[in-house]
Amino acid sequence: MKYMLLFMSPVGPDGEAVDNGCTFEDWIRFDRDIKDAGVWVSGHPLQDLTTCTSVRVGPAGERTITDGPFAETRELLGGYDVIDVPDLDAALEWAARSPGAVGGGWVQVRPIAEIEMPV
Amino acid sequence: MAGEEAAVGSSVEAVFREERGRLLASLVHRFGDLDLAEEVASEAIEAALTHWPTEGVPSRPGAWLLTTARRRAVDRLRRDRVLATRLAVLQAEAERAEPAPPADADRDLPDDRLALFFTCAHPALPAQDRGALTLRFLAGLTTAEVARAYLVPPATMAQRLVRSKRKIRDARIPFRVPGTDELPERLPTVLQAVYSVFTEGYAASSGPDLQRTDLAAEAIRLARILRRLLPGEREVAGLLGLMLLTHARRDARTGPDGAVVLLDDQDRTRWDHAMIDEGRALVLVALTGGPPGPYGVQAAIAALHDEAPDVASTDWPQVVALYDVLLGLIPSPVVALNRAAAVAMRDGPEAGLALLDELADDPRLRGYHPYPATRGDLLRLLGRNGEAAAAYRNALTLVGTEPEREHLLRRLASVTAD
Repeated sequence: MKYMLLFMSPVGPDGEAVDNGCTFEDWIRFDRDIKDAGVWVSGHPLQDLTTCTSVRVGPAGERTITDGPFAETRELLGGYDVIDVPDLDAALEWAARSPGAVGGGWVQVRPIAEIEMPV
Repeated sequence: MAGEEAAVGSSVEAVFREERGRLLASLVHRFGDLDLAEEVASEAIEAALTHWPTEGVPSRPGAWLLTTARRRAVDRLRRDRVLATRLAVLQAEAERAEPAPPADADRDLPDDRLALFFTCAHPALPAQDRGALTLRFLAGLTTAEVARAYLVPPATMAQRLVRSKRKIRDARIPFRVPGTDELPERLPTVLQAVYSVFTEGYAASSGPDLQRTDLAAEAIRLARILRRLLPGEREVAGLLGLMLLTHARRDARTGPDGAVVLLDDQDRTRWDHAMIDEGRALVLVALTGGPPGPYGVQAAIAALHDEAPDVASTDWPQVVALYDVLLGLIPSPVVALNRAAAVAMRDGPEAGLALLDELADDPRLRGYHPYPATRGDLLRLLGRNGEAAAAYRNALTLVGTEPEREHLLRRLASVTAD
């Protein structure tokens, strides 16, 4: 069963993620552990909000492109991993071990919807 | 003839009460799907209702039900390939996760209920539905009975159960007993689910719906099952003890007119002393061999009340000491409020009132009627009738159930009489 771990942070007054005290080395270690365990499927860290652009298409097909996230965001997605584990408890265990779960940050655990696409 | 049929009928009911939870757990363990388990368990029970009255109750009713239900499940899976494929994947994943639990040698069926307790009370499920799921799957109540227990329409309860079952299935909340290292984190939600059933029963046992005293009894039955399954867990003993020591006072809690009778005014000869003895023995278990947990401490407090011949001779210094411990374990203003009331009994109303004043600005007590009610009682004892009346009036704006309102109105009348 595949789950996506979404690494979330609260947004500070500067509009960027609040530093949760984790170092780059903490993330390297987590990345190594999750890959060594053979459960990692895919994943990426994301660049900060300064680089974020949103696009919307209106009813007449007109495109609106805006700087930043669409609405005023209180929480920010900093990166994600997709893992393949037997059940939710195993997914929650990996989420809890990630550097993203401490210091005010949290990890959203979402099961991947397996939809069979027509060929 | 009619009498005989009724006798068979009631023994059939008794068997189902006892076996339904066990049957469901075995089926969930075997097939990994709550819906399928519910469906074939009902079919097996229906089959029993047809066959047993004429052929007699089999010597191993549990095994009969399980065999019948399993056959129905296999039939279902033969007809429904999609379901079969999904469950096969589930089974393979489950085996990847851990080996099957050992069978219970004493019984004709393996006991898989412990794993189901942890599924139903999983922290990933909404807290208010964990008790309902536990009642449905472990106590073996029907959905209609669970709805009645929570005073909601059957359709509403069915919807809540469907939603939780969907999360169990789609997010794959496992059917497993957590390892020893996880137990301290996971057992409290199971205990909380069972205790929520008990308090739900109590919240209204003074009201018109007598059905709900049964709910407290159901919670006690669940805790007894849990105690058998986890004999080494002292907090399970604490929870069972707490509920027994509280439930022992049930007959004295309501007056002839249905009015609530507070602990202070209860006729203690009407308490269930056998239940108190059982509860006290469990307190010993809960408080021996390590640091106490919150249920053990609350049970010990209940035991001190139950042991006292009257309010005045209650061991108040010991009650206060236990509340100190409890406050360390659960730093909540409700515990602090109860502690203040106990301090008032030990050191006088003035001392209790001073502690209550410290809690006055706590937002978590806003809207909690026992706070102004307790304050009113202490002010009344100090002869500050005007302030007491104001506190009782405040409490009356917050209280929900009729018997409690009547109690407060009586108190209010006593301070405004002259």
